[in-house]
Amino acid sequence: MYVAVKGGERAIENAHRLLAHERRGDRDVPELSLDQISEQLSLGVDRVMTEGSLYDRELAALAIKQARGDLIEAIFLVRAFRATLPRFGATEPVDTGKMQVRRRISSTFKDIPGGQILGPTFDYTHRLLDPQLAEGGAPELPAQSEAPSATILRVIDILGRDGLIESSPPADDDKPVGDLTREALSFPADRDLRLQNLARADEGFLLALGYSSQRGYGRNHPFAGEIRLGEVEVEFMAEDVGFAVPLGSITLTECQMVTQFKGSAAQAPCFTRGYGLAFGQSERKTMSMALVDRTLRARELGEEVLAPAQDEEFVMSHSDNVQATGFVEHLKLPHYVDFQSELGLLRKLRKEFTEAAEAPAPLQEAAE
Amino acid sequence: MNAPAYNFAYLDEQTKRMIRRAILKAIAVPGYQVPFASREMPMPYGWGTGGVQVTAAILGRDDVLKVIDQGSDDTTNAISIRKFFAKTAGVATTTSTADATVIQTRHRIPEASLHAGQVLVYQVPIPEPLRFLEPRETETRRMHALGEYGLMHVKLYEDIARFGHIATSYAYPVKVNARYVMDPSPTPKFDNPKMDNCAALQLFGAGREKRIYAIPPYTSVVSLDFEDHPFNRYRHDAPCALCGANDSYLDEIVTDDKGSRMFVCSDTDFCETRQAQGHRGSESAAPHEEMVHG
Repeated sequence: MYVAVKGGERAIENAHRLLAHERRGDRDVPELSLDQISEQLSLGVDRVMTEGSLYDRELAALAIKQARGDLIEAIFLVRAFRATLPRFGATEPVDTGKMQVRRRISSTFKDIPGGQILGPTFDYTHRLLDPQLAEGGAPELPAQSEAPSATILRVIDILGRDGLIESSPPADDDKPVGDLTREALSFPADRDLRLQNLARADEGFLLALGYSSQRGYGRNHPFAGEIRLGEVEVEFMAEDVGFAVPLGSITLTECQMVTQFKGSAAQAPCFTRGYGLAFGQSERKTMSMALVDRTLRARELGEEVLAPAQDEEFVMSHSDNVQATGFVEHLKLPHYVDFQSELGLLRKLRKEFTEAAEAPAPLQEAAE
Repeated sequence: MNAPAYNFAYLDEQTKRMIRRAILKAIAVPGYQVPFASREMPMPYGWGTGGVQVTAAILGRDDVLKVIDQGSDDTTNAISIRKFFAKTAGVATTTSTADATVIQTRHRIPEASLHAGQVLVYQVPIPEPLRFLEPRETETRRMHALGEYGLMHVKLYEDIARFGHIATSYAYPVKVNARYVMDPSPTPKFDNPKMDNCAALQLFGAGREKRIYAIPPYTSVVSLDFEDHPFNRYRHDAPCALCGANDSYLDEIVTDDKGSRMFVCSDTDFCETRQAQGHRGSESAAPHEEMVHG
């Protein structure tokens, strides 16, 4: 009996010892280093940082190693650590318009100021397993050119100049940005909280929801206005010195979806925005996020809420994989007290059913 | 790399203060679900994070902690949570219901009656009693605000119409202080009467759902029913095979593959205390004899 009574404590200790042994695998195979994980499984590290809500490659790599490559378990480890960190304050908003761009594409214009930059991408690779990679060896060095001197204009701002796309609401410096890790979420939720929820949300869940909207469950006809990847400066307003101090730079992926909007009595037809942002290179995540951000704006834009992807209570309550995996997996815990209660009820109902079936039919059924 | 250093009972003092404020509000409005900024704990959601946060927020250095799951001190998750607090708070732990000042529980209320000054902390998976009738929080909060509980009575009535009985055997809904309908957490309905007019403070923590609620001492807790279908407790009709108790909730233990069963107390402390007092059942040897408490 896994619950049972005796020796539960020793059983737990032994199970964890065995887990550590299995994690290590064959001891004749060299052990993974955190650098190897961070450098060679970098997209996994990016996902753990994004959904773990903590920009720290080393800790994310450690979490992946400790979790035996189970990314949701790694995200959980990072989240639990993050929850214990003191908060010094919030940084200044990062400006993705000033990003040092490594990749940047737009599907809405053939050419754009700054050009289309493919960068490091799986796109257009033929998905053929590469036996040479199994052997190892150094790949060719990348081609190089001069870095673009000026900042690269955001595609969406080109549309913005002509008023063809809704303007982003201006930031209100006096209004603090919501934080669902510090205050319990309530509905309806504003867009800041929705975006925070989506940024932390499970990539697979958002992918499926975004996909469902493309297939007609909450359709809003998106275009990938721009996807960009690169480094941005993070600055922190130091009250003591009175100006913003640079803390360093982080890698971000940003996706701006452009979607149709029919307009309303008060507003001329224009394009609307869906926004996605993630740590590292996380294109599938940011694209899915941008689709779902837009579908969740249904209420705000006066669209009828019919599909799951438009339903903020449904999406936001089920998007967090740490919550979801905990509750699904808690079914492993003993439930035999309740099960016993159900057994008792079921036995009683079945007994009554059998007795009723065996009893002679009353002559006057209609008496009542 | 940042080497983590943790506070007494794991949570930082700011977080504890936030949780205590929620607890105070919950006590002031019995049965009302107070939202709180639940933290990510180092154990999974659904495994007692709500109860653990409530316990962490109320625990003092002199407290004596008991943790049970399914009524037993020795189920794996109870051991895990007890060890967590023994490690992070260094408090004394016990398996004795009478000696504990704080009891964290999952799915049971101890058989021995609780006394004044004790706190019973429940782990709650789904705090909303109306959830399975109406999944939307926006709706259920409105229904609570208006005291609009007709839907629940219709559900119970439909059970009677279909099965002849109210077909809810655990997490049986109660009305607290004649105001809020409350989910007692998935305890068997056998335990419901113990909540009524209880001398101990009862606190409920739902971590994943970010809610805390409470029943202050000596508060009325009524299981929902109908005049012609009054609430009744379910208990398997047999004495405990180990201690002979006729009034305790029983676990059914399958003893072979031929349909043999044995029924023993789910509350292990209650059962052992009775055995120590000389009470005997039909099978008094196994399976508790090798037990070693951690």
